[in-house]
Amino acid sequence: MSVRIVYFAWVRERIGKSSEEIELPANVRTVGELIAHLATLGEEYAAAFAVPQVIRAAINEEHAEHGEAIGNAKEIALFPPMTGG
Amino acid sequence: MTAGTPEPVVNVRIQTQDFDISSEIDALTRDRADIGAVVSFTGLCRDEGGRLSALELEHYPGMAERAIRTIADEAVKRFALTGITAIHRHGAIPPGGNIVLVVATAPHRQAAFNGASFLMDYLKTDAPFWKKEHLKAGGTGEWVSAKDADDKAKARWRRT
Repeated sequence: MSVRIVYFAWVRERIGKSSEEIELPANVRTVGELIAHLATLGEEYAAAFAVPQVIRAAINEEHAEHGEAIGNAKEIALFPPMTGG
Repeated sequence: MTAGTPEPVVNVRIQTQDFDISSEIDALTRDRADIGAVVSFTGLCRDEGGRLSALELEHYPGMAERAIRTIADEAVKRFALTGITAIHRHGAIPPGGNIVLVVATAPHRQAAFNGASFLMDYLKTDAPFWKKEHLKAGGTGEWVSAKDADDKAKARWRRT
């Protein structure tokens, strides 16, 4: 299954792109497993996900915990804690 | 809703352009006789002791509006507001410039204060916006870090 991943703020800057389509290995079922998988894709990914527990996620534009199943998500967003307002 | 009681109004906008506080208040109160209190909050860009030339606000289009709307709907329900407006800007905003506006209206002041405060506390931690510093000395600085105080501010609204 392939899924669109979007990145924001310093996650986006460290990876060097704002979005991409990723083919998910069968053993990647949750947000946390996706982050761990992405961290293996290269130095820039390792830098973005060096401290995985600070990374926030959204599935189809709704906040998601790391334990949440990816299911048939169309879009997964990964980003730092939010600093609006 | 009984006949004659207008529906609560929820306005959420994400935009680059500035906003006008008076006209936003007017839009919520015009032609209504059931509002006794209007509370507005405006968040502005600071220069952090002269260090910054601007804050660049990045957002997640779609989700940003959706997340704020969810919070605004909850505020209306929880505090029985007659209306709420939330406007959040994105792009580069210079010191002194407006970043965010919340206007909450209700029959009485406590609900209006609480509604505006509740929306801001949740927006800080749940709305997908990120601030990056632009330096007066040139170039860009750090991404602004999230504060524990913001999580605590949100936690005080939690019902046990």
